[in-house]
Amino acid sequence: MKKLVVVGNGMAGIACVEQILRHSPKFEITIFGDETHVNYNRILLSSVLAGEKASDDIVLNGLDWYQQNGIDLRLGVRITGVDSQAKTVTGDDGSVTPFDKLLLATGSNPLIPSIEEVKKEGVFVFRNLDDTRALLERCRPGIKAVVIGGGLLGLEAARGLQVQGCEVTVVHLMETLMERQLDPTGGGYLAAKMNQMGITVLLGLSTTAILGNGKVEGVQFKGGGGIPADLVVIAAGIRPNVGLGHEAGLEVKRGIVVNDYMETSHPDIFAVGECVQHNGVCYGLVAPLIEQGKVLAATITGNKGPKYQGSVQAAKLKIMGVDVFSAGEIGDKLDGSEVIRYEDPALGIYRKLTLKGGKLAGVILVGDTADSHRYMDWLRTGKDLVPLRRQLLFPTPTEDAGIDVAQMADSETVCGCMGVTKGTIIQAIHESGVNTLAQLKECTRASTGCGSCTGLCQSLLKAVVPEFEEEVKRTICKCIPVAEDQLREILRSQQLKSVQEVLEIYGNGIGCEICKPALSYMLDMLWCGDHDEDRSARFINDRVHANIQKDGTFSVVPRIRGGVTSPDELRRIADVADKYRVPMVKITGSQRIDLLGVKKSDLPKIWADLGMPSGQAYTKGVRMVKTCVGTEFCRFGVQDSTSAGIEMERRFENLFTPHKVKMGAVGCPRNCAEATVKDIGLIGQEGSWQVVVGGAAGKKVRKADLLITVETTEEALAAAALFFQYYRESANYLERTYDFVERIGIEKVRKETVYAQDAAKQGLLERLRKSKERSSDAWLERDSPRHPTQFVQIKPLEEIFV
Amino acid sequence: MKETKAESKRWTRIALCDDIPPREGRAVKVGNREIAIVNLGDRFLAIDNRCPHKGGPLADGIVSGTTVVCPLHAWKISLETGEGVNSASASSCIETLRTRVEHGVIFLELADNYRKGQEDGMQELPVLCVETGGTATAAESRPAT
Ligand SMILES: Cc1cc2nc3c(=O)[nH]c(=O)nc-3n(C[C@H](O)[C@H](O)[C@H](O)COP(=O)(O)OP(=O)(O)OC[C@H]3O[C@@H](n4cnc5c(N)ncnc54)[C@H](O)[C@@H]3O)c2cc1C
Ligand code: HEM
Ligand code: SF4
Ligand code: FES
Repeated sequence: MKKLVVVGNGMAGIACVEQILRHSPKFEITIFGDETHVNYNRILLSSVLAGEKASDDIVLNGLDWYQQNGIDLRLGVRITGVDSQAKTVTGDDGSVTPFDKLLLATGSNPLIPSIEEVKKEGVFVFRNLDDTRALLERCRPGIKAVVIGGGLLGLEAARGLQVQGCEVTVVHLMETLMERQLDPTGGGYLAAKMNQMGITVLLGLSTTAILGNGKVEGVQFKGGGGIPADLVVIAAGIRPNVGLGHEAGLEVKRGIVVNDYMETSHPDIFAVGECVQHNGVCYGLVAPLIEQGKVLAATITGNKGPKYQGSVQAAKLKIMGVDVFSAGEIGDKLDGSEVIRYEDPALGIYRKLTLKGGKLAGVILVGDTADSHRYMDWLRTGKDLVPLRRQLLFPTPTEDAGIDVAQMADSETVCGCMGVTKGTIIQAIHESGVNTLAQLKECTRASTGCGSCTGLCQSLLKAVVPEFEEEVKRTICKCIPVAEDQLREILRSQQLKSVQEVLEIYGNGIGCEICKPALSYMLDMLWCGDHDEDRSARFINDRVHANIQKDGTFSVVPRIRGGVTSPDELRRIADVADKYRVPMVKITGSQRIDLLGVKKSDLPKIWADLGMPSGQAYTKGVRMVKTCVGTEFCRFGVQDSTSAGIEMERRFENLFTPHKVKMGAVGCPRNCAEATVKDIGLIGQEGSWQVVVGGAAGKKVRKADLLITVETTEEALAAAALFFQYYRESANYLERTYDFVERIGIEKVRKETVYAQDAAKQGLLERLRKSKERSSDAWLERDSPRHPTQFVQIKPLEEIFV
Repeated sequence: MKETKAESKRWTRIALCDDIPPREGRAVKVGNREIAIVNLGDRFLAIDNRCPHKGGPLADGIVSGTTVVCPLHAWKISLETGEGVNSASASSCIETLRTRVEHGVIFLELADNYRKGQEDGMQELPVLCVETGGTATAAESRPAT
């Protein structure tokens, strides 16, 4: 087999390797990447900075992909030399690797403008995952951040920093934001939007120096003046990374020069991505790079034929609530071109089409980008627009409000990031048997970029595949028309902390009995208890910490951890039952005692007399751990299930969960306390514990899945904690663990909890710790009620004589 | 709809605005009956504290706009008309009472026959919608919320 060496483990290189793998003959492939991460989606770094995605969420090809394809991946190795005669590459680890074919996919480097003292602590670039992590580590609420550069990258960085709480100023050299994509009017609309979001925009300013003694304190502008800064991000553009091209003696201008077959000036060396220059153009967006990769894959495998003939560049700003799209020619000076404009300053909408010879030459959309797909198609296909003159800016609306997939032309682009057309998707469905979104992503890469085309892909699947079941985007109710998982991200990134606020911004302003408790939970979980709790948004049970019964009275279930009580506790319970004439005292199915038929006004007094904490029997929260006597007394016991269960209950109690959580711990597989049908169960065995999750013994009966087997009790409790917090963060409201585990799949649950990377695990445990720290026994409100009339019945001010 | 006889009605001082937090209700015992008073943020509405379904305590329900949702089986009742507004509760109705707010005090308009009713313990659920029912906005003195 011939040896293919790829330098650059980025988006273009790997997309090209994916294509190469589809061709034959096969290569023995080695990939060098100087970043220490597997191939990830660079586009979504903006979302990582804005806290909308975790770094794990943006992985495109995991380690298993490299393994499955027999690729030798050398992470953290930088190639420093190419010998095009001997056909070897040299790494900074001293390795010398021979190749038959070499693929350079080295991307670009951030362009650092000539600014004095630019190498200070607190000055960042924004290009890769490490930059993003460093930025996230550095930014703190309240600090002053200055972004140099008002292009796509700079603006996305600015928004990300602002979401993280920084006071952000964007300093742009030109008079127009995103001047490569927008005209002055469009730039003006965009600047207004950024200002509205609370980001200061300074235009026409050249930054000459970074101020401060070793550490950033400010930036200085040409002609005097400056502003203070605690952090500076340089996003002034990119420069193709062509060093290795020079080394190899290739023809290099701004980028490594390639022809239509993606060949360089050396027959065995190829290049793809941002580091190349084709027909005088260096591209800086993903879609063209993907097209290049397809052509290159054919050429390099000896199937030379397809040609790359340049791409129409289209750009979309990825800031939630600031819709900007631009493609093709944007200037006004084209000869013989006509310009059609529409503006609505109040709504912040601006549209501009540039027509040339009856065809679309360029488009700018600000404020509303819903029609971008259509314009993109007109641009690519050169559609004759003369018959459509009246509908250019406002198409005749189709029946359903969304984009009508049936009316889309096959050549229309569905996924702008990856450059996937409707035709390609239809073909994949028919020829490759694609019928789920996941398969579609895998097969065509559609919807793996910024994600804005997911809805369109689903509509296509629905239209073409009869058995396609839409991955139901579960919304809570019709008060808030946002999918639940998306809503969680929004609340997190927009820093919303009260139910009423959420309803006003994203909902109908009113809310109902379904969404209010759901939002209450979500906010409690997201902010680890540090939110503005609104009792009116919660069910009566959570307002008075007791379970409402059919006659309007309440039931009281004190916490009896692990079902272990004492004569003294039992006596107090008996006394309370007598004193308040409790109509029924019952042993529950969960090894606890229930006092039923209590009046609301007696609740605080009863809690005080009991002197026991709340058992949370009334809420979507941690119920109890049912235990057996284990090694303490049982002849068969091999683990101390009682102590383990009590400890587990202590660690999780007082917390809220998407639905109730009932747990169990048993001392041996005889399973007397039925741990295998609990949400979380610990099952003792000789020398180890099985931790099981997602069991049920209610309306539905389900045997729990094995999460992991561990040796010590502490490990078992830690595994349980990981699952517990993962469930809290990822389940839909009112989704029990058994539905959750079934929906996600136990494999994935394992991967995201017990087998997750250390950082992810620590994150889960840390957030659990925070929540726990802020939680407390609800029954303590007996001494300090939330509201003076929380438990009392109001007596009329005026006596009412009858 | 039965006409209530034109009898004397009297505004009765019931509770302080501060007794009822925004978007929550509280029950007030008036003789033998319970009235739910609900704070809508900009006004207070009063309604019988007995859900037309199975008598659930409406004062304990979640407020959704100008309706309240019974905590027992989620019937949704309009606080303005006393009528059921979701499919389960449609065509059911309970009594509403007029309210007024002055200097931070909530007043309820209680009719004499209503008070009489209390003497008999008012065993039956009220079934009529009082046409003059509904509510008065507390324009002159907005409740402290
Ligand atoms: C924050 C951000 C947002 C973006 N948003 C969008 C968007 O919305 N839409 C869009 O289309 N594009 C967007 N882009 C641009 C897009 O990410 C790039 O066009 C694309 O990633 C380029 O792919 P590439 O493979 O050419 O380069 P890269 O993805 O940069 O890959 C090159 C890789 O090679 C490695 N490398 C370089 N030299 C060596 C060497 N000597 N030895 C070993 N390894 C080496 C680099 O470390 C890097 O990992 C965005 C970029 C950023 C940074
Ligand atoms: C070989 C099989 C089993 C053996 C040897 C066994 C043994 C025991 C023992 C010794 C106890 C008493 C523990 C104590 O002192 O509290 C017990 C209790 C219990 N067992 Fe089992 N058991 C077996 C199977 C089961 C099974 C299959 C179930 C139910 C699925 C079960 C349910 C229970 C329950 C609910 C209790 C507690 C009873 C109570 O609370 O009074 N057992 N078992
Ligand atoms: S599960 Fe095992 S240890 Fe626990 S009581 Fe039953 S037999 Fe004993
Ligand atoms: S008693 Fe109100 S819904 Fe059943």
